[in-house]
Amino acid sequence: MYVAVKGGEKAIDQAHSWLDETRRGDTSLPELSVAQIREQMGLAVDRVMTEGSLYDPELAALALKQASGDVIEAIFLLRAYRTTLPRFLASCPVETNKMAIRRRISAAYKDLPGGQVLGPTYDYTHRLLDFTLLANGERPTTPPADETVGDCPRVLDFLNSEGLIERESVETEEPSDLTRQPLDYPANRDLRLQALARGDEGFLLALAYSTQRGYGRNHPFAGEIRQGEVAVEIAPEELGFPVIAGDIRVTECDMINQFSGTETEAPRFTRGYGLAFGNSERKALAMALVDRALRARELGEDVVSPAQDEEFVLAHCDNLDSSGFVSHLKLPHYVDFQSELVLLRRLRKEFEERKSGGQGPHAEPTAEPGLSDEPNENTQQLREANQA
Amino acid sequence: MTTASLNQHTDTRADNTGYNFAYLDEQTKRMIRRCLLKAVAVPGYQVPFGGREMPLPYGWGTGGMQVTATVIGSDDALKVIDQGADDTTNAVSIRRFFARTAGVVTTESTSEASVIQTRHRIPETPLSSGQILVYQVPIPEPLRFIEPRETETRKMHALQEYGVMHVKLYEDIARFGHIATTYAYPVKVNGHYVMDPSPIPKFDNPKMHGSPALQLFGAGREKRIYAIPPFTRVESLDFEDHPFEIQGWDQTCEFCGSDHSFLDEVVTDDEGGRIFICSDTDYCNQRLNTGASKEAV
Repeated sequence: MYVAVKGGEKAIDQAHSWLDETRRGDTSLPELSVAQIREQMGLAVDRVMTEGSLYDPELAALALKQASGDVIEAIFLLRAYRTTLPRFLASCPVETNKMAIRRRISAAYKDLPGGQVLGPTYDYTHRLLDFTLLANGERPTTPPADETVGDCPRVLDFLNSEGLIERESVETEEPSDLTRQPLDYPANRDLRLQALARGDEGFLLALAYSTQRGYGRNHPFAGEIRQGEVAVEIAPEELGFPVIAGDIRVTECDMINQFSGTETEAPRFTRGYGLAFGNSERKALAMALVDRALRARELGEDVVSPAQDEEFVLAHCDNLDSSGFVSHLKLPHYVDFQSELVLLRRLRKEFEERKSGGQGPHAEPTAEPGLSDEPNENTQQLREANQA
Repeated sequence: MTTASLNQHTDTRADNTGYNFAYLDEQTKRMIRRCLLKAVAVPGYQVPFGGREMPLPYGWGTGGMQVTATVIGSDDALKVIDQGADDTTNAVSIRRFFARTAGVVTTESTSEASVIQTRHRIPETPLSSGQILVYQVPIPEPLRFIEPRETETRKMHALQEYGVMHVKLYEDIARFGHIATTYAYPVKVNGHYVMDPSPIPKFDNPKMHGSPALQLFGAGREKRIYAIPPFTRVESLDFEDHPFEIQGWDQTCEFCGSDHSFLDEVVTDDEGGRIFICSDTDYCNQRLNTGASKEAV
């Protein structure tokens, strides 16, 4: 006789040990160290820190190692760790104006005070596989000229001084935190920016792209992208003045967008903003575009496209929400499925009965009151109804 | 029994895990308890809560786990089921989580458990006063598939604007001759809120009505908690001429011969052979222990 499968516990243990073995791979090859990942897989580390909402390159590298390089799994590990950390206090807003610049470009001006600083970028590389790396040879690197980047005033401040762009409103209230309070709609911009900063890079990239293709177009210019180190300051109450807690590397994007004006207000450019940990330029750009798109309501634009739809974007941008819920389809659903089977068989039986009954000389009227006269139900309809 | 080996660490408690008792910190538990109190005070109302990230994926029971972690104490006996069974992988995983982080006694017996966390089923053994049933909820909003916007559905609940739900059920009848919702069948709680009972089969809906146990629902990803206090009126939506009805089987359980429990279909060969067994493994075992069998029926 069939015996229902038991032993989930043992199976789980076995699966885990097989996983450990698989993660390690060929043991004749040296094991990757966390430090190696941190130093040589820096962009992956940066993404894990950004979407994991925790600035800790070492733990992000550890998470990547533990997750066999699966970025979303690594983000999960980091988030699950982060959520247990106590909170002492909130930092002061970081002063990105005082950033120690590694890279700074503007697509709006050819030249500007502080200059265009390319920094370490893949932008103008030719995407040709470098077989020197395959042969375990590193090309000799010439250290960059030891030239400190001078003062880089903000591009948007030039526009500001002429009144050409909207002023950023200074919010004095304590910013909200969606990891502590449930997200409520409509959300303020601080919450939206937090959600976008944690949001999945791929999802935001696709949404940002959709705005460029006309689904909520907002005519963007990359006003300024800067990347470098900023000091994180905290101001403990008993101290009365801020002290530096440490430096973090961030990428910031100021987007200049289409202008708007009203009868009473002169036309001016609008803004979109992106900020991410480390070197995460694609993310910062996408975030800035989506931030601007989500300001549609506030700026009096029609909300007609997905990227402008706050509930749509915020409810679906988190990759732990989405990967968790999509992957939960792997969990057993025997009971629900059985319920559907029971109904489907019954419907099909009734359908057959009606069909054969309808052809016979003594056609019985259908036993079901309220049933449509047309026997045109089919499984497709049923499927649709059940998915609804 | 699997429980014995799981509980070897009962004495050492959660101290050696580096985490607080039952994983969540006490501040978070306090926040969740406040939400639970509100949920109990307003039966069927979805209370937003500051859901935390859990070390299990969203959609895998994080809401139920947060509720369980909040209500469980060191003297509780925990039972975890998925699809009615104690031995499904995710049930095993969640039970282990609490055995590890809370060191509580775990059990497979419905009547011995003080807290039961469930996914997709209500145990067949009637619950009693003092027991807590914690449901894992994927989508707490019963109106979600009719109106995807949270801003709209909250208004609809506040105004008891539930006509659309009846229209949906009516459309089923017009199309199929039956209400085609077989699980997550909407209920009205205490005469006010329409509530999603989580994806339990409608077979289980009547068990919610007037239950002496406290029923708590946790949706982690959606950050909502709701509740049915003991002895509360829970009605499955229906029509006078199409009264609510539950599934039935022509077959009986292959093991215990039960003709009144929810049966899972098990395919036994590649020629369409199949048997039916109780989805509630504990109930089936209890019956077998008292001498029931397929042949005896």
